[in-house]
Amino acid sequence: MNTRPAVADPLWVRLLLTGTALLFLACFLVVPLAAVFAQAFENGWRAYLAALDTPDTKAAVLLTMTVAVLAVPMNTAFGVAAAWAIARFHFPGKRTLITLIDLPFAVSPVVSGLVFVLLFGAQGLFGEWLIERGYKIIFALPGLVLATLFVTVPFVARELIPLMEAQGADEEEAALSLGASAFSMFWRVTLPKIRWGLLYGVILLNARAIGEFGAVSVVSGHIRGQTNTIPLHVEILYNEYNFSAAFAVASVLTLLAVLTLILKSLVAWRLRES
Amino acid sequence: MSAVVPGPGSGRTGVRRRVLPGFGPALGFTLTYLSLLVLIPLAGVFLRATGMSGAAFLEAVSNTRAIAAYKLTFGAAAAAAAINAVFGLLVAWVLVRYPFPGRRVVDAMVDLPFAMPTAVAGLALTAVYAGNGWLGQYLVPLGVPVVFTPLGVTLALTFIGLPFVVRTVQPVLQDLELEVEEAAASLGASRFQTFVRITLPGVLPALVTGFTLAFARALGEYGSVVFISGNLPFKTEITTLLIMTKLEQYDYAGATAIASVMLVVSFVLLLAINALQAWARRRGNAPLQATV
Repeated sequence: MNTRPAVADPLWVRLLLTGTALLFLACFLVVPLAAVFAQAFENGWRAYLAALDTPDTKAAVLLTMTVAVLAVPMNTAFGVAAAWAIARFHFPGKRTLITLIDLPFAVSPVVSGLVFVLLFGAQGLFGEWLIERGYKIIFALPGLVLATLFVTVPFVARELIPLMEAQGADEEEAALSLGASAFSMFWRVTLPKIRWGLLYGVILLNARAIGEFGAVSVVSGHIRGQTNTIPLHVEILYNEYNFSAAFAVASVLTLLAVLTLILKSLVAWRLRES
Repeated sequence: MSAVVPGPGSGRTGVRRRVLPGFGPALGFTLTYLSLLVLIPLAGVFLRATGMSGAAFLEAVSNTRAIAAYKLTFGAAAAAAAINAVFGLLVAWVLVRYPFPGRRVVDAMVDLPFAMPTAVAGLALTAVYAGNGWLGQYLVPLGVPVVFTPLGVTLALTFIGLPFVVRTVQPVLQDLELEVEEAAASLGASRFQTFVRITLPGVLPALVTGFTLAFARALGEYGSVVFISGNLPFKTEITTLLIMTKLEQYDYAGATAIASVMLVVSFVLLLAINALQAWARRRGNAPLQATV
């Protein structure tokens, strides 16, 4: 409560500003969120479950999970390695490296997909070489994984770099001076120190890997039951005017987003505590 | 690489040359991974674009359809970022200064556009603002159609940019010294004068950073826009959709040319954001890195 009279605003100002802010958030966040579920359940529970229980939807869920299971650990490993090098050592070009790690956030998702089409597509740089050998990257799982990896590169690194810089390396140095190997120093000192920040980054990374649309849309080829991730499946259902099914599948993604927000808030709270 | 560590009881406590392990492998892995996944593929776009003849490149990036797409994309992105600058500052102010029940839930909800898949956001906004939607049914009779208009594009871009300004301004507002505002008040300033002369200059670097982050994100956005815009060439076709359309027509050269223009814009904005964050740090109120 604001107990400092000189900087306290009159009640009507507080109510007006709070009301306006909440109205803005309601129109942009709450109403669309509610609309997803209203549309999904338009034809009742039975239709909702039927829309989810189709071979194409199941294939899309399986594909998205496969992409996430491959992409999340790889970019997590990258984030930890990058943060270790950047936060623990001094070397020339460090600021440039941090900017380069952020680069994928500045690039449009559509362009992120396009770069792999230009490399591995039929007309791409390595296209002929790949076709001759029967490898398929674009319009197949490897392309989806590459595009997802590209757009999610920075998540873990950018959580860990400021955290590890703030924490310093005193404990690690102590562990080493007590005779710990590099390996046991990492597992028993560093990892416990950074676990909440790491988890925070992984939660955001995972949400984006599951929800990515633009980049995977370029490389997927939209083959039903084969290269459709969940968001792409939603688009196909919608474009076929199968609105309630589209929103039913979309509601699953929305639930995941809400779950992400809850987990993220809990982890952020633990991060502040520690 | 191996640590030069004086063992316990070695009597060399004065020597503090403790080298942490793993610099070589960590930096080597980071550079290799980043080069293979991001830098070399991005360079491929420019390589491909330089393979085009100058005339063909110029035609691809400056024909009337592309110009119309740039105008819409930059205009809608700037409008959305401006809306977010105003309302983001308001939301941050309310969250920091006015306690109200449910504040923590509202605070967590601000990040929804980061967590929600863009395609789902696009569908949801289309459903809400369509002529028969919850809010669209009141707007359309007023002569304000949203769906399939540039306004719809702006609306979608406002949604996806919403957290940027709030998350850059909020920590700075939190750290502002109330004493300075009290001093202003004791010298006879009204609350409004204090806000304009004291608070606003304090949060300005964060506000401009948030605006630029939202603008940069909006320029490249695709998923949340395609459903609400209707994708009419010359009217509601954004640049990313034009790239997509060209790819679907196997016009790789055209897609690459426009993509290289957008990439240059992205690089310039990234450098601008870095400079802005350095400015904010010099002013002593660095916003948290809020890009997600």
